[in-house]
Amino acid sequence: MAARVLMKGNEALAEAAIKAGCRHFFGYPITPQTEVAAYMAERMPQVGGTYLQAESEIAAINMVLGAAAAGVRAMTSSSSPGISLKTEGISYLAGSDLPCVIISIQRAGPGLGGIQPAQSDYNQATKAPGHGDLQILVFAPASVQEMANLVFDAFDAADRYRIPAMILGDGLLGQMMEPVEFPDRSPVEIPKNWATCGHENKREHNIINSLYLQAEILEGIILERYKRYAQIEATETRAEQYLTTDAELVIVAYGASSRIARSAIDTARNHGIKAGMLRPITLWPFPVKEIQAATATAKNILVVEMSMGQMVNDVKLAVECKLPVHFFGRTGGVIPTPAEVLQQIKALTTGGAV
Amino acid sequence: MTIIYQKSQALTDTPLSYCPGCTHGIIHKLLAETIIELGVEGKTVGVAPVGCSVLAYNFFTFDMVQAPHGRAPAVATGLRRALPDGVIFTYQGDGDLAAIGTAETIHAANRGENIVIIFVNNAIYGMTGGQMAPTSLPGQATQTSPYGRDVLAAGYPLRICELLSTLEGATYAERVAVNTVPNIRKTKAAIKKAFRLQLAKKGFSIVEVLSTCPTNWGVTPVAALDWLKENMIPCYPLGVYKDKIAGEAGK
Repeated sequence: MAARVLMKGNEALAEAAIKAGCRHFFGYPITPQTEVAAYMAERMPQVGGTYLQAESEIAAINMVLGAAAAGVRAMTSSSSPGISLKTEGISYLAGSDLPCVIISIQRAGPGLGGIQPAQSDYNQATKAPGHGDLQILVFAPASVQEMANLVFDAFDAADRYRIPAMILGDGLLGQMMEPVEFPDRSPVEIPKNWATCGHENKREHNIINSLYLQAEILEGIILERYKRYAQIEATETRAEQYLTTDAELVIVAYGASSRIARSAIDTARNHGIKAGMLRPITLWPFPVKEIQAATATAKNILVVEMSMGQMVNDVKLAVECKLPVHFFGRTGGVIPTPAEVLQQIKALTTGGAV
Repeated sequence: MTIIYQKSQALTDTPLSYCPGCTHGIIHKLLAETIIELGVEGKTVGVAPVGCSVLAYNFFTFDMVQAPHGRAPAVATGLRRALPDGVIFTYQGDGDLAAIGTAETIHAANRGENIVIIFVNNAIYGMTGGQMAPTSLPGQATQTSPYGRDVLAAGYPLRICELLSTLEGATYAERVAVNTVPNIRKTKAAIKKAFRLQLAKKGFSIVEVLSTCPTNWGVTPVAALDWLKENMIPCYPLGVYKDKIAGEAGK
């Protein structure tokens, strides 16, 4: 059993990546994710790996593309404005069926925005991480421990499905310290016979490419990719239910805001209010069935986010608008308080000795 | 029957997609010959750009990656770091390398990244139909400089070999041309030297090849060769701009 250590979320992501077999990291400094790069700069030489500080986020994601094409586990990390710069590369990675892991530690936007935590890149991550018909896996950890665990899952799933995977955190999770115990597990070894690593005169040449000038051929390739996406939706969707069995009000929240919601729910329960939570762990694939199951007894749904409500429509679609879906959030880097969320819970529920 | 000439074994049977008279085909041939002569086909990974040579991945028998526009040096960097014993090169045009990919080019050179860049400069964007490039000549008429390149509004031709030769990380920078047989032979020698330097782990090399675009220059293939000589070479003088290893040997 590995020892429990106290670590920042950003550092736990980096250490987990190394333990998951990643030896190639390409980064660029941006608050609030810089600790990932700093940690990699210190650790990679110790394990014979590559830390390279790129000239831009654009270059960094393309270095990931090159390393992924060669068949190794590669990772980059950034925050909101930097993720925007990476979208070109993410689209090419997806279009070339290359596995990799992208860490996104969200800060407030738009533009340079602020450096305080936010969840306002939900739409970018789940709806348009790059141009074209594509999806990437999006994992949303809510603790330092889960950040470490999901890095292993992200690398394994990326390799299995030949798809980029993103860990979507935020400045709160990245900067806070919690005890973490790194899972004692080996990376899933999946043969990469498609990799461009030199054919050694033993096979035909491999080509990593996203260009298909004949429309019907490109359409066929996209359709094949969407079959893989359907398989991912069927097998990789994950969510946590918290006190939903009898819940009159179900909160849907992920990442840092789910922690705040949990505190508010605990207080509400102490007052006899039947509140619960469905916490998506994967944002794509989105836990549609899990939300339906968790809201079986609910009269209302409350979405809590650190944004203007980017996940609300997905929740409405999940329940097919059969239940009222309300929203509470703060944006611009303001973190909602448990008291604010509790107030919303009270307004949407009946009874309870409050 | 005795075979006195055949195409390089590193070229596939896929018909080239280049226009008649375009010199990309010559440069492909020289590159393929070099890879075979050095015996490194099995460990070579090339990076194709966006532009006329985007389909280069279909023309070579070794592994190839197609990079986003301008990002080939960054993609090659990722390959380089993941494949310490691989032979890694990029093949890029002037729009790709000298406009949208300027940052990636300069920083790969400055890191002394152990890669070869084959930089094909034909003073125009070919694939998109003949627009002004950063390398277009003063006064050169193109689709997007219909009155001729006005340097006061559109800037001056970017001289990449001269620029990169100032960087400590760059090992070798030479400008060559493929307009005559002697120049083609010099181009072959320069490409081979660049790959030999990489095999010796000497760092970053760039071979800038002045090339023709008869289609978008609006001239015949033969007249294009003359146009290159009369207009491009005076603006882009041929020669070695940086040779760190030769410099070291001479000291």
